[in-house]
Amino acid sequence: MSEQEKLSIIVFSGELDKALATMNIATGAAASGMEVTLFFTFWGVSMLKKKGPKKGASTILGKMFDKMLPGGPDKLPLSNLNMGGMGSKMMRKQMKSKKVQSLPEFLELAQELDIKMVACTMSMDVMEIPKEDLIDGIEYGGVAAFLNEASESKFSLFI
Amino acid sequence: MKADTTVDAVGLLCPMPIVKLSKGVKAMESGQVLELLADDAGADSDVPAWCKKTGNEFISSEEGDGCKKYYIRKS
Repeated sequence: MSEQEKLSIIVFSGELDKALATMNIATGAAASGMEVTLFFTFWGVSMLKKKGPKKGASTILGKMFDKMLPGGPDKLPLSNLNMGGMGSKMMRKQMKSKKVQSLPEFLELAQELDIKMVACTMSMDVMEIPKEDLIDGIEYGGVAAFLNEASESKFSLFI
Repeated sequence: MKADTTVDAVGLLCPMPIVKLSKGVKAMESGQVLELLADDAGADSDVPAWCKKTGNEFISSEEGDGCKKYYIRKS
């Protein structure tokens, strides 16, 4: 291949099934020689939260969001059949027994494959998610950063 | 078929067979042959598609012991 092809994906949804589809395509593309950028915005930012104690939000409204939003990649609900969390538990169990990558494993694999992950600073501001609460090795940006990547991409997805 | 390296992806589902294949090929010299063992049904179309996309040569596939064997030559 002469020039490396690019793929950019907006990760808008904060649901396990959509996140898995995203990470599957992203890691598959990176393994096929494509340069991949993932933009995590709105609900999608939650899956970048790191494990352990967090700094959290500072205002009352921010703290309420913090309580209602998933606390990391292993806390995401399903978009369908979630049944108050029972569905996502069953799905995680089933995936483990079938040896499908878990979402935290996918995120590690993405970093190993040099996939660029960008967190939307506007979403972080609105939901009061501080940088300290997100995983290491990611970048921060806004719409211009996405448009710049997207305009050079072979194709872009919004998931 | 004689291979220079074997990559075992048995029991792994999409996208891991091609992720492992990609890692394996990266570590090889041009012209060398990689043998990929996989039992994910999707690999039948994924492995040739990966080769087409990355410009490596898909040589052949054959039935193995409880899995399929795919042969790829690094370009």
